[in-house]
Amino acid sequence: MGELASVDRLGPELILLAFAGIIVLTDLVVQRRWLVVGSSLLAVVGSLLWAGTLVARDMQGSAFDGLLVVDDFSLFFNFLFAGITGVVILASIDYSERFSRYQAEYYALILVSAAGMMLMAATVDLIAIFIVLELTSISLYVLVAFLKDVRSSEAGLKYLLLGALSTAVTLYGMALLFGLSGSTSLADIGNVVAAANDDTRAALVMAMVFLAAGLGFKMAVVPFQMWVPDVYEGAPTPITAYLSVGSKAAGFAVVMRIFFEALGDRFISGDWSNMFAAIAAISMSVGNLVAVSQTNIKRMLGYSSIAQAGYLLVGIAAISAAEGGFSLGASGVIFFLAAYSFTNLGAFIAIIAISNRINSDEIGDYGGMARRAPLLALGLTLCLVSLTGIPPTAGFIAKVYIFNAAVQSDLVWLVIVGVLNSVVSAYYYLRVVLQMYLEAPPSEERVSAGPSLGVAMAIASGGILFIGILPFPLLEVSETAARVFGS
Amino acid sequence: MLSFIVFFPLLGIATIAFLPRERERDAKWVAAGTAFVVLVAALVLFGRFDRDQTEPIFQFVQGHTWISGDIAHFDVQYLLGVDGLSMAMVVLTALLGLVAVLISWNIELRPKEYFAWLLLLEMSLLGVFTALDFLLFFIFWEIELIPMYFLISIWGTGRKVYSAWKYVFFTFFGSAFMLVGLLVLGFAADTFDIRVLSQMEIRDALVPTQVLFFFLIFGFAIKLPVFPFHTWLPDAHTDAPTAVSVMLAGVLLKMGGYGMLRVCLSILPDVARDASVWLAVFGVVNILYGAMVTLIQTDLKRLIAYSSISHMGYVLLGLSALGQVGLTGAGMQMFTHGLITGLLFVVVGMVYDRAHTRQIGELSGLAHQMPMIAVVMVIAGLASLGLPSMAGFVSEVMVFLGTFDKHGALTILGVIGILLTAGYILWMIQRVFLGERVPRWEGLGDATAWWERTALVVMVAVIFLIGIYPAVLADVIETGVQPIVVRLA
Repeated sequence: MGELASVDRLGPELILLAFAGIIVLTDLVVQRRWLVVGSSLLAVVGSLLWAGTLVARDMQGSAFDGLLVVDDFSLFFNFLFAGITGVVILASIDYSERFSRYQAEYYALILVSAAGMMLMAATVDLIAIFIVLELTSISLYVLVAFLKDVRSSEAGLKYLLLGALSTAVTLYGMALLFGLSGSTSLADIGNVVAAANDDTRAALVMAMVFLAAGLGFKMAVVPFQMWVPDVYEGAPTPITAYLSVGSKAAGFAVVMRIFFEALGDRFISGDWSNMFAAIAAISMSVGNLVAVSQTNIKRMLGYSSIAQAGYLLVGIAAISAAEGGFSLGASGVIFFLAAYSFTNLGAFIAIIAISNRINSDEIGDYGGMARRAPLLALGLTLCLVSLTGIPPTAGFIAKVYIFNAAVQSDLVWLVIVGVLNSVVSAYYYLRVVLQMYLEAPPSEERVSAGPSLGVAMAIASGGILFIGILPFPLLEVSETAARVFGS
Repeated sequence: MLSFIVFFPLLGIATIAFLPRERERDAKWVAAGTAFVVLVAALVLFGRFDRDQTEPIFQFVQGHTWISGDIAHFDVQYLLGVDGLSMAMVVLTALLGLVAVLISWNIELRPKEYFAWLLLLEMSLLGVFTALDFLLFFIFWEIELIPMYFLISIWGTGRKVYSAWKYVFFTFFGSAFMLVGLLVLGFAADTFDIRVLSQMEIRDALVPTQVLFFFLIFGFAIKLPVFPFHTWLPDAHTDAPTAVSVMLAGVLLKMGGYGMLRVCLSILPDVARDASVWLAVFGVVNILYGAMVTLIQTDLKRLIAYSSISHMGYVLLGLSALGQVGLTGAGMQMFTHGLITGLLFVVVGMVYDRAHTRQIGELSGLAHQMPMIAVVMVIAGLASLGLPSMAGFVSEVMVFLGTFDKHGALTILGVIGILLTAGYILWMIQRVFLGERVPRWEGLGDATAWWERTALVVMVAVIFLIGIYPAVLADVIETGVQPIVVRLA
């Protein structure tokens, strides 16, 4: 009975993995693109539905002897990652023609990494966390190099090497924690940390720093961001989109699990709060300032995603001054992640649609896009406005909400850094808008998004506006998910 | 009713969006109709506004919980309402909104987008003046950036892109600090409701209240604009299309003065008392610096742009009095300056449309060719320099009367501004409209189209109305100012 319940709780991930296997195997026999795409979309829908029934049946609880939990937090990420994966698959349909024979593998790998990301939010044991980190990372290494041209291969190699390094660093941090506590379970480690004294403090701080460094790679924050611009530029664009939201969100989910649950005691939490506040300030500033000088839109969005990770870290650093709880910052991070996912995916979908036609990612080639593709240009404008944080968009509410958490945690200086960075970011985001609306188009040829990209774009734009105008449903969900971390 | 006024422009935008391309010229009719309905609704509201009501301060309030976060004490309401001050601003916005559409009648370049942005601008301005929740206020404040950015950079002239950027950056920079102040204030008071905030004593916040005051006033000071943050204004005003200059000078600058009154003075009265002398100093600097720079302008539009800086100094000076007469004067000045400078920009726009130059040195004797425009220009100019029986006189007198007791010496310095105003206005009228008939301008026509005449006549009529019977407006503004004065006392 216990085992069965465990499998049931793992359902959303299992469906994805099962379909990934089926897709690859079927492809050996019949090679039909619609079959591959259809079944991967089916997998995502199945995963969503299963997660939905978990909510409906109130199936919260732990699974596999405490390796995994299903709680409001992990369920939120089930939905988020399923949604992201669905949109990425839709965005890949036209693009994946370039992969000719390997389409099945491409979609299967996306599903596998999606399962890994979902598990990253659900695992509460260091060993399990490590395994799912690898599950996600390795599939992404392959996906980044999937174009197999010079840039894509270089990006893949770079991602692999730096990823391996960061894995090693993460592992070292985990080993320290295990050595100090004698357990791999986050809850047990939390108890040990709560009882720790000054003798073990140095070792704890070291573990904390190593974990932050290793996971900082996943979150793509400065100074662990070196891989971002090249990988973002070289990878197939749908995978860039996937990295910029999915992989990042998964990194934040793991960070919240480890730091809030295992290292959450006041004995050490002030230290990492300061550390993350500093990283946040640096990430925002470096990301935004470097993004200003980019001419390639994928690189620009790469640096922009570093800056956005900085805003997100503001929420991690925000430990409520009044109550000492984590749910304040956590709900900010969760809300921001959802808003950011819609926004950044939307931006990348527009870029995919445009570059499919004009074969260029240079911002200079976006001139007159408002004439050549009015709806796409409008959608991309909406996404960029949302990234800047101007109402009435999701990005605005998310920023205000996360900054509000920081103010309540007595981090006014960090908020000032944040808002000034928003001003800088307005320059490079709106520059693209200007290019599209003001410059003369080089040719009058219409640029159209296919039906699948159109649907994906509509979902993203609708989400941005919906969250921007009626934020309370998502706010309620974020707060529910964040309550996992106590108040 | 208020929600209807604020969001009705959205209906206009939606209608414009669905106009087929071959009928894109009809966008102006939709926009004019929308702006007209908004104006009528605003006037109806103005008529129904109870001028004797003191409690509650805000009338026609509509509210609903909008965002409610348990964990983060993040409660935002959708809350609209008007007191006397915002009532006046709503009428001003609605009036200039219609005028802006009328004087854009000849726009040929992408008319659908143009009128849609113009209506969105009007919506955000109406929202700013009616929002009673600070975060909602901030949202409308920020939304205004987007239409302005497009309107200046696409339909402007000269260095339009540069000017649009400059405008956006200055405003965004200021509002960044406002956001910090807003959040700190919201945390200290546990609400964003302006009605509640302006009843509370806020002493404990995460930052000293003086710093909080600075955060909040900085954005408004940039918008007003206060020297030395005024440099965006001449560029933006000059390079914007005429209708946008009208909105910019007529309404957008008032967001700054309105915000100072609504937020800084009424929520943090203690700090305001300490800052009073600084407000007066900056006010006088604005008046004199603005006026002196105006004197050396050679471009008509730039001249009026700089004169706005000078005239906004009166607003700041009036605020610094912190008393009934001064604050009412400041409110009146905002309204009348909106009308007068709006009208000046309209006239200059008409001259530019015909002569295709704004250089004062090249123009001469235009009264021969365009008598009606010249007469209106004379009226607007005289109103601007504060001739009795016109709107500008009333507000300037009130500002000086109100401030004299408190900052005597500074007020006397400020009065010099009036002399300088007379100097540049009369000089400009003489050079451009009077003087010899010049053959180069022979072919130019007067304002003959119905939309031009409507715009001119309406604005001139209101300027005289307020000049002759100021109570029609002063009463309303006074009811709005009264509670703030009580708090400041």
